[in-house]
Amino acid sequence: MAATWTPDQPIVQCVDVRKSFGALEVLKGISLSVRKGEVICIIGPSGSGKSTLIRCINALQPISSGSIQIEGIEVSDPRLDKLALRRKVGMVFQQYNLFPHKTALQNVMMAPIHVLGQKRPEVEARARALLAKVRLAGKEDTYPGELSGGQQQRVAIARSLAMRPDIMLFDEVTAALDPETVKEVLVTIRELAEDGMTCLLVTHEMNFAREVADHVYFTDRGVIVEHGPPETLFTAATDERTQRFLSQVL
Amino acid sequence: MKTAGSGNRLAVLLPYRPAPARMSVRIGPLPAAILCFCAIMAASTAWAQAGPTMLSPLQVIVKWSPLLLRGFVFNIAISLLAMLLGTVAGLGLGLALLSESRLLAAVSWLITQFFRNAPWLVLLFFVMFLVPFQVTLFKTTIPLPDWIKATVGFALPVMANVAEVVRGAVRSIPSTQWEAAESLSFTRRQTMWLIMLPQCIKRMLPPWMNIYALVAMSTVLASIVGVSEMLTLTAQVHAAEGGRPELFAPLYGFALLCFFLYCYPINLWTARLERRFRVR
Repeated sequence: MAATWTPDQPIVQCVDVRKSFGALEVLKGISLSVRKGEVICIIGPSGSGKSTLIRCINALQPISSGSIQIEGIEVSDPRLDKLALRRKVGMVFQQYNLFPHKTALQNVMMAPIHVLGQKRPEVEARARALLAKVRLAGKEDTYPGELSGGQQQRVAIARSLAMRPDIMLFDEVTAALDPETVKEVLVTIRELAEDGMTCLLVTHEMNFAREVADHVYFTDRGVIVEHGPPETLFTAATDERTQRFLSQVL
Repeated sequence: MKTAGSGNRLAVLLPYRPAPARMSVRIGPLPAAILCFCAIMAASTAWAQAGPTMLSPLQVIVKWSPLLLRGFVFNIAISLLAMLLGTVAGLGLGLALLSESRLLAAVSWLITQFFRNAPWLVLLFFVMFLVPFQVTLFKTTIPLPDWIKATVGFALPVMANVAEVVRGAVRSIPSTQWEAAESLSFTRRQTMWLIMLPQCIKRMLPPWMNIYALVAMSTVLASIVGVSEMLTLTAQVHAAEGGRPELFAPLYGFALLCFFLYCYPINLWTARLERRFRVR
């Protein structure tokens, strides 16, 4: 499969993805695709399976049935080289999950050095550039515990970018932040999108989804209720559930 | 992360954090000093009734102290070596406990439980009497003196206890750290050595030092199997001085004092580290 994939095909292709935790089915047949350079937002009420989906795409959780392909590689294949897959996929978490015993710079440098085996001077130069890019120049030697939530989250973004992923997954990355620091993180993601990075976001930031996303999926109780370009979805939603949700959050 | 002001602090149930297992009994410095003083005083009264040609208990201690202290240094050496061996082995066993392989985890669990729940003296006897006095490897004969065997005997319970400390510390790191490492393509082994264990060192240090204080005090058990450590030497000195009953308390009191002066600061330091690391 990997051999037949070409860049004009979707980077992520989910077909009828189902996922159950015991008797509870949280994903009931999700199909979506992400093309190179696209920014996709998944919105929906809590417990609709958004985060589970994004974790399945990164093979952090196995799917029960269906198919997820990243650049033509089947994620549910038992022979899958998970580590190779994850090198293509960057992931940013709600709780940042920085390594608390390492400085901001070391957090960014660790994976390229130890996982990719790159040379330290090159990695360091690149890590410094990435931290500057997320507006954290001067914070290189600061430990995560001394940074604000927004700053930590931007370090986490730089840390993922250091692996040069083909796609970035964002799992409610602003949900744990103070309102005033949400913006700085969203600005960073927007810049990333403008640079052409493929992004898949699970988010509650409707204005961000509206302004930045190329395509928005509305999920509820494990199914995609409706999807489309943001201008149609946000102004002319056809499904009653979408309308109700949007009227509550907008 | 929202930082609530001190004014409107929400009533949050903090996660249950069990107090670290405390295995040693702590004696304050004052009671200990009083204890030693009483011992020496009791002996002095007996000596006052004895003949004039005999040495006073204090003179006996001073006379034999080089030998006794050499014995004490031997105790310390045994304890340090046992701790080193036990820590290295315990780290391996602890990692095996955390292994993804069910078989390896089960076997190491069994080993850990066996050595944690066996009396130290019984383990010591087993090692002393089951391990030969020399082994021949590749035509070279390596002698195994008693004190080496005793060291191994002490290292076994240390290993099991350190394994539990390692397992507990790694388990106490939030699982989100594993996820973050996984998403960055770190292998399990890299995650363990680069991300988990470095974070664990702080929390492992106090219980590890606690184990050490216990080992240091337990090394006197080696006297039962004939290693010439401090307690053995004390008994021999007592016999050499004619086994006078009034020397009993001062001589053993001296041994007591040596161990107390060595272990008490370690326990104090451990308690201080525990306090400091609790506030995170």
